[in-house]
Amino acid sequence: MDKSKISHHISEQFNKDLEDVRNKVLAMGGLVEQQLEQAIEALLSCNVELAEQVISQDRQIDALETAIDLECTQILALRQPAAFDLRLLLAVIKIIHELERIGDKAKRIADMAIKLDCVVNNMPRHEMDHMIDLVKSMLDHALDAFARMTVEDVPEITGRVEKVDREYDNIVRLLITHMMEDPRNITRSLDILTTVRALERIGDHSRYICEHLVFMIKGENVRHLTQEELVEKIKKPL
Amino acid sequence: MTQQIRSHSIDMSSVLQGKDAAQQPTETCIKVENLNLFYGEKQALHGINMEMQKKKVTAYIGPSGCGKSTLLRCINRMNDLVDSAKIEGKILLDGDNIYDKSVNVAALRRRVGMVFQKPNPFPKSIFENVAYGLRIQGVNDKRVLEETVEHALRGAALWDEMKDRLNDNALGMSGGQQQRLVIARAIAIEPEVLLLDEPASALDPISTLKIEELINELKEKYTIVIVTHNMQQAARVSDYTAFMYMGELIEIGTTSELFTNPSKKQTEDYITGRYG
Repeated sequence: MDKSKISHHISEQFNKDLEDVRNKVLAMGGLVEQQLEQAIEALLSCNVELAEQVISQDRQIDALETAIDLECTQILALRQPAAFDLRLLLAVIKIIHELERIGDKAKRIADMAIKLDCVVNNMPRHEMDHMIDLVKSMLDHALDAFARMTVEDVPEITGRVEKVDREYDNIVRLLITHMMEDPRNITRSLDILTTVRALERIGDHSRYICEHLVFMIKGENVRHLTQEELVEKIKKPL
Repeated sequence: MTQQIRSHSIDMSSVLQGKDAAQQPTETCIKVENLNLFYGEKQALHGINMEMQKKKVTAYIGPSGCGKSTLLRCINRMNDLVDSAKIEGKILLDGDNIYDKSVNVAALRRRVGMVFQKPNPFPKSIFENVAYGLRIQGVNDKRVLEETVEHALRGAALWDEMKDRLNDNALGMSGGQQQRLVIARAIAIEPEVLLLDEPASALDPISTLKIEELINELKEKYTIVIVTHNMQQAARVSDYTAFMYMGELIEIGTTSELFTNPSKKQTEDYITGRYG
């Protein structure tokens, strides 16, 4: 990570405060990634114990969100930061919210792992595996980009949202077919749909993390833009 | 009741275009062109080019000795009083060069009022302090003086506090009141431009906020240029901010842009408290 972006303040304490916030966000990101990894593992390997562990660990993510939020509020009140420092704190407040939402989705997947009780064979596995890979890589690369504080990988990461959406639509179509074939499939198909929907949302939240990162680094607000417009904004020199 | 509380209307067009107040169409009031200033051998200002907009607040920020106050003082030719100062370039006020030989400096200073860091009331009554500018212009009509004094004191948000004490000595007022009195004295002669050199740096936080609130009201009528060491103050009161460093103008832009996304690294380093 480009530490120089948050260091070199005349006030050593300010450097430490920002460094501390950065470390906590990275720790929270790592925990969220681990939660997602374990929730998916629990779902695919019918591991109820692991699913329960994911559900109980969600509290740690919530606690980190609250702690970082408080720290940012205190820095804003005490230091009145400007320019990059201000954008950093605003972006962090939003990024931790996205991470907390991703944590909730991981918990949802763990809930479904318990509820579905090993019906993996009935899932559209090929499509789901593809979707899981896409979503996990989006989150992983978004957190990497935050750690390095660079935006060059952002277009590639956000570009994957479309693929995730396409895969989601495929799975919905397959599930509808299952339900139409035999109404006894309806309950299970709806549970699978809930799981897939959670994955799809994780893709969206990963995109939002990238958008907050672009605001932080470049001062450009790229929310609600199309992929083409976003790429154009990122190309603009600082 | 609920309906009343919730019936707010907003101008969606400005929201959609992302405009802030400073980005509304403006008219140039003061234009500085290639301004160089020397104190003897030492050059204090280097080729300054900038514009200040009518009825807007422009703040100069920068470290001590960067030339902020020097530049401010050029706008009403206060540097003429410094023997060693030599000035090159132009400052246009409404299109006319104030350094033109034909310019009457006293008349210029009536158009461009100035308030300093330390309040400097005269050892006279509150009334006489505000009426001073008019008296030296030869106005002695009691009614005109009374009206003007009331108007100026209201303009400086002092009337309600001072209307029963107009004959008291101004030196008995608090620092914050004295500073507002000095502003009232400056606006009594209805200038076009008000130059404020660190107007709140010697005041407590409440008096500071009163001065800031006053600046906000005064910009309805006057073009204001303020020098301040307090960056948060510049951010709060100004529409435009200029960052100066070692006698050069590094960057000028809308205050909202300069404090959230400055275009120059030197500006970013200064406003975020970094060493270069």
